[in-house]
Amino acid sequence: MDADSLLLSLELASGSGQGLSPDRRASLLTSLMLVKRDYRYDRVLFWGRILGLVADYYIAQGLSEDQLAPRKTLYRGAPLLSPQVQIKEETRLVSVIEQIDKAVAIIPRGALFKTPFGPTHVNRTFEGLSLSEAKKLSSYFHFREPVELKNKTLLEKADLDPSLDFMDSLEHDIPKGSWSIQMERGNALVVLRSLLWPGLTFYHAPHTKNYGYIYVGTGEKNMDLPFML
Amino acid sequence: MGDLPPYPERPAQQPPGRRTSQASQRRHSRDQAQALGADPEERQQIPPDAQRNAPGWSQRGSLSQQENLLMPQVFQAEEARLGGMEYPSVNTGFPSEFQPQPYSDESRMQVAELTTSLMLQRLQQGQSSLFQQLDPTFQEPPVNPLGQFNLYQTDQFSEGAQHGPYLRDDPALQFLPSELGFPHYSAQVPEPEPLELAVQNAKAYLLHTSINCDLSLYEHLVNLLTKILNQRPEDPLSVLESLNRTTQWEWFHPKLDTLRDDPEMQPTYKMAEKQKALFIRSGGGTEGEQEMEEEVGETPVPNIMETAFYFEQAGVGLSSDESFRIFLAMKQLVEQQPIHTCRFWGKILGIKRSYLVAEVEFREGEEEAEEEEVEEMTEGGEVMEAHGEEEGEEDEEKAVDIVPKPVWKPPPVIPKEESRSGANKYLYFVCNEPGLPWTRLPHVTPAQIVNARKIKKFFTGYLDTPVVSYPPFPGNEANYLRAQIARISAATQVSPLGFYQFNEEEGDEEEEGGAGRDSYEENPDFEGIPVLELVDSMANWVHHTQHILPQGRCTWVNPLQKTEEEEDLGEEEEKADEGPEEVEQEVGPPLLTPLSEDAEIMHLAPWTTRLSCSLCPQYSVAVVRSNLWPGAYAYASGKKFENIYIGWGHKYSPESFNPALPAPIQQEYPSGPEIVEMSDPTVEEEQALKAAQEQALGATEEEEEGEEEEEGEETDD
Repeated sequence: MDADSLLLSLELASGSGQGLSPDRRASLLTSLMLVKRDYRYDRVLFWGRILGLVADYYIAQGLSEDQLAPRKTLYRGAPLLSPQVQIKEETRLVSVIEQIDKAVAIIPRGALFKTPFGPTHVNRTFEGLSLSEAKKLSSYFHFREPVELKNKTLLEKADLDPSLDFMDSLEHDIPKGSWSIQMERGNALVVLRSLLWPGLTFYHAPHTKNYGYIYVGTGEKNMDLPFML
Repeated sequence: MGDLPPYPERPAQQPPGRRTSQASQRRHSRDQAQALGADPEERQQIPPDAQRNAPGWSQRGSLSQQENLLMPQVFQAEEARLGGMEYPSVNTGFPSEFQPQPYSDESRMQVAELTTSLMLQRLQQGQSSLFQQLDPTFQEPPVNPLGQFNLYQTDQFSEGAQHGPYLRDDPALQFLPSELGFPHYSAQVPEPEPLELAVQNAKAYLLHTSINCDLSLYEHLVNLLTKILNQRPEDPLSVLESLNRTTQWEWFHPKLDTLRDDPEMQPTYKMAEKQKALFIRSGGGTEGEQEMEEEVGETPVPNIMETAFYFEQAGVGLSSDESFRIFLAMKQLVEQQPIHTCRFWGKILGIKRSYLVAEVEFREGEEEAEEEEVEEMTEGGEVMEAHGEEEGEEDEEKAVDIVPKPVWKPPPVIPKEESRSGANKYLYFVCNEPGLPWTRLPHVTPAQIVNARKIKKFFTGYLDTPVVSYPPFPGNEANYLRAQIARISAATQVSPLGFYQFNEEEGDEEEEGGAGRDSYEENPDFEGIPVLELVDSMANWVHHTQHILPQGRCTWVNPLQKTEEEEDLGEEEEKADEGPEEVEQEVGPPLLTPLSEDAEIMHLAPWTTRLSCSLCPQYSVAVVRSNLWPGAYAYASGKKFENIYIGWGHKYSPESFNPALPAPIQQEYPSGPEIVEMSDPTVEEEQALKAAQEQALGATEEEEEGEEEEEGEETDD
């Protein structure tokens, strides 16, 4: 979620039960501002919180102008050396974040658009999805380089708008049904939760510009998903 | 007519030599017009001239001069009609000067119209020689006003004001003989003005409607510009794109009139209506005051906002307005049901909808009526099944052909716990969203708990969804939900040490079957444990719910103890089977066991403690998080504590979930020699047998010949 609208976003994402305490919120606001200044990022996202045994990690990501370029990830927390395993916890942390990002970081359709020169930009005229669009999985894209786009048939590609539809949509995610879409607050908020990585919550208020995702969890994939559906 | 004389004078002033050429006459008229224009005096006399012209025109007698005068008018009229582009060229000198003149007089216009039409008719009737008679000394002034009139006329012509064909201001193109003889509105249209044609083409292109819709670019641009001109935004260029998009969107989504509802927003409005009902205080206006007094007193509804505040310190929980709505929904529940105590248990997330769970305790005696209904349903089913089996067996016994009876008997059903005890100590109500009605969950049976431990399924959000799993879960989602709630409660409901204490009456432990005490009460002398100590050691927290035994109950029940029903039905078989089954009594940790005694999960501590705020420990709250059931939290601060669960409702296991294997295929019947098929003897065996028999035969050949035959028959079998 965007650092600029952190408070509102946390409020909207609270349906999953995990949030931030007031002191954390205050300190995050300040530190995200500092990060933005120091690293000269265009946008700073608060990625989420990974719960650890002793302490938690707070993760932020910085985006440059081109939204799809590889993001820089920053964390705050005390890395521990796990007594059993040789891998440094830091490495493990980074790999987990990357896995989660690749798998389940999502944005609504129309929030980014691609210019003919290549880089993607934030769409300033994005007014939000309508209610009927918000309930469909096809209105959300993975926030990463497209993987399946080339495999689409020509007929499907003809319907796509190349400036908006340049990322994979959630429709064809495997396993099918690994996303839960719900309307909360009496249809004023649409919340997507990933069942594959429990703890990832994406929220969007239809007809507004508010959207974002946050991960709060232990950083473990739910390998039992096919049994659970 | 007195004014006429001065006019011819002026033309006389014109340089001669312009008679013959029509072009020169054209220029002449222009020059004269300009000269006229320069003359301010003449302007005032033009209107009266026009009027005079009309009457003058009607007098066709002495019209030659007037005809001559008006010829150029004809030309101008024609030209006006033919070439709108000429307006600037014709009137370059004087349009600004002539504007103040009151040309808006309709009568004059109509008169001029009449005159021109008459002139044209005359032209048609006349010959081209008319033109040669043209006298340069014609009257200019009428031409100009009439030219002006023509300007307006062509704009106001009903049929004739077509945009084109327009002539360019090229003298060579003018005055073609063919043009002169044509009727009023020429049928023979000359080559249209290329510039004007380009404009027409462009406009036609713009008017093309888009492929996807009925909107054409022309219309859209019109809308956009109208919008901009109406609204006059500050910096229109910078907001152009968004204005564009908005205009387009508005075209296709016109604001529906106030009588019709927006179909998309219907569910939202409905939900808002329901939630509005929550906010309305129950009772009429007159009773309001009385109720106010009553409400201030004890109410079973807990202080959810306070709990939410504390949990927020820990970084757990729902947003504050959501919590408030839950509070109102619970208040509604309390009003609807006879509730003694109630608590917000938590939220269980589902795929399509989530559940809000409230843990309640009914007042004494209140719940019996509702309970019976539910019990009958379930017990009726069980009894039916037992009957079914019995009947089947009886039928089989009557049959002549005795089919081997199945040896397998279903394991004895473990009776579920009574209400208000063990796993069924509390009643649970669920709803999907605050404002929707609360549904009561049935009591949980041990079988359901046992099976719930073996499966792992997501909740869909609809209570009547069947749970498809192996081993088959005895019940639908409501039962599975209740079973998970029971498990979570038993495992994660904790309180600070000393908050609860056992009752004064201490029963003998052995009498109760080793199950321990199952009731507790609040300790009035509880002082509260300092937050730091709570965080440091797990021994300061205790479970205050009973542990569920592997059997699925909190208090152990020997399943082989026959109830009355079972004795009646199947005595013989049970006695036979009792021998091999020996059931050990299951023992679990007693009530109020500290958390430090909890088993580890693969070297992972089962609980994690945290101070809510490390920067201000004096005001912070101790938070305990379960690692076994992710989503279960408890906080304690001073004398207050609370538990909550927000999560998917599943246990954490470091290994992957392994579904139970299907049971081995049962033996249908015991194998024995009377059932097993004998194998036929092979050729060698037969020959060996035959050889042996022949030997024996040889020895006893003298005795009987019949024996050989018999043996031969036997070997053939």
